[in-house]
Amino acid sequence: MDIRLSGISHSYDGFEVLRDITLDIPSGKIVCIVGPTGCGKSTLLRLIGGLERPAKGSVLQLGLPAEDCLNPLTYVFQDFALLPWRSVAGNISLVLEDHGMKKSAITEIVNNVLARTKLTEFARALPKQLSGGMKQRVAIARALAVKPAVMLMDEPLSALDSQTRELLMSDLVKLWTQQPFTAVYVTHNLDEAVRMGHSIVVLSRCPGKIREIIHLEKPLAERSYGDGELQFRQKYLWNLMRDEALAADAELVNV
Amino acid sequence: MSDVEETEIARQVAFRGGGFAPKPYRWIGLAVFVMLISLAELGTQNGFISPLTLPKPSDVFLKFRELYETGLLRKHLEPSLTRLAVGGALGATIGIAVGVLIGLFSYIRAGLVPLVAAIFPIPKIALLPLFVIWFGIDEASKYALIAFGTFTPTVVATYGAVDNVDRNLIRMAQSFGLSWKSIVRKIILPGAMPGILSGLRISLAIAIILLVAAEMLGAEYGIGAYILEAGSLYDLDRLFAGVVMLSLLGVLLSAVIGGIERYVLRWRT
Repeated sequence: MDIRLSGISHSYDGFEVLRDITLDIPSGKIVCIVGPTGCGKSTLLRLIGGLERPAKGSVLQLGLPAEDCLNPLTYVFQDFALLPWRSVAGNISLVLEDHGMKKSAITEIVNNVLARTKLTEFARALPKQLSGGMKQRVAIARALAVKPAVMLMDEPLSALDSQTRELLMSDLVKLWTQQPFTAVYVTHNLDEAVRMGHSIVVLSRCPGKIREIIHLEKPLAERSYGDGELQFRQKYLWNLMRDEALAADAELVNV
Repeated sequence: MSDVEETEIARQVAFRGGGFAPKPYRWIGLAVFVMLISLAELGTQNGFISPLTLPKPSDVFLKFRELYETGLLRKHLEPSLTRLAVGGALGATIGIAVGVLIGLFSYIRAGLVPLVAAIFPIPKIALLPLFVIWFGIDEASKYALIAFGTFTPTVVATYGAVDNVDRNLIRMAQSFGLSWKSIVRKIILPGAMPGILSGLRISLAIAIILLVAAEMLGAEYGIGAYILEAGSLYDLDRLFAGVVMLSLLGVLLSAVIGGIERYVLRWRT
């Protein structure tokens, strides 16, 4: 299933945040969206997943999701959004309980995703007992449980320290290599963008417009920390964004 | 470097952090009780405190034993506890239900919040004659009074708690396609639980106050009737025995809610 954004514009109370975004998200690829603060990255993601309605334009699903897919458009949030009163396994089963599945089927899926994210031994732990990295692993496991057609990742690693981020990035790459998934990956971190993205969409400052789309050919599994070519690309991206980031930083917040 | 050490004075950096973190000291609370009571006992024993000012704690204790031995304690406690249980449970249940509805539906909120604000400050005891006309002089009017008094603070605490449930969790649930019913049952209710329980603490204390008030205004048996009778005879020993019963009841209820909190909210840090 592909996603097509055609001519999307959006504004909050007359304040334009996105202008004329047209973009294809091909199946099996990770599309990173980068841009300065307040350029509407997260808004765009909420529009794609149907949590908000665009003022203009439309979001289209092209083709049908796989048959066993329970929730085609699935988010991974920056703040993890785990229920503190449910265990790790309970948080994952939460999103399966509304689909009229047998208890045994739910347990099977939960065990499967816990194994894939290396969380099996934490199944009964409560979120408060977990580190930030572990919490985000749980959130990723929860997203995998519903077999999404497209993962919508909203700064998934931004709340983590850089070492944990590095570990999780390689986990995500491994997961993708085992079973390629489609993802829209919003981040402000250019290093993440060049490591995770098959293509990188650079948005301009408010109102967000597509400034440039960069394609990276190197397979995800071969990209590593401190790779020369990637650093070159990252520098290029930074040069594209620097002036706008500066301007965004100096701007008064419009709230 | 050694030069510096010789010329400069080395001083320990003064500690200025710490504090502002409550620690549980279990026995101090009990010690305060014991100390106050033994002070009162000593004072009344040696005549420093006149018996008209304060009854002897040991006399109060004797009265208490007498009450228990004659079976009067049971006779007074039973109706009081029934009234508290029925009225409190009724008020708390309806209060939580209405509070959740206000939290969930904007129309109900718009309609009921001003009404609740209008009812809240009315001293419910003032309405007892009205309840007597509506529900009769018997138990029903007392149940109604206690229920009504517990209802308003429970409503306010409950809808506040529902409003405070993390919206990000609700967005998450919506993004996974959970049904409205599941969102209410699995996210809003557990999320509001801490606020609802701390509201109940206040509501139940108010319920005890109203219980006594209702019993003072018209009951043969009950802690309130007992205190009123003792008070009109200026029998301070018995008056204090009654007051002690109320305090114990308050401590007991608070402990029960504390136990429920520890169980239901064990996920909290």
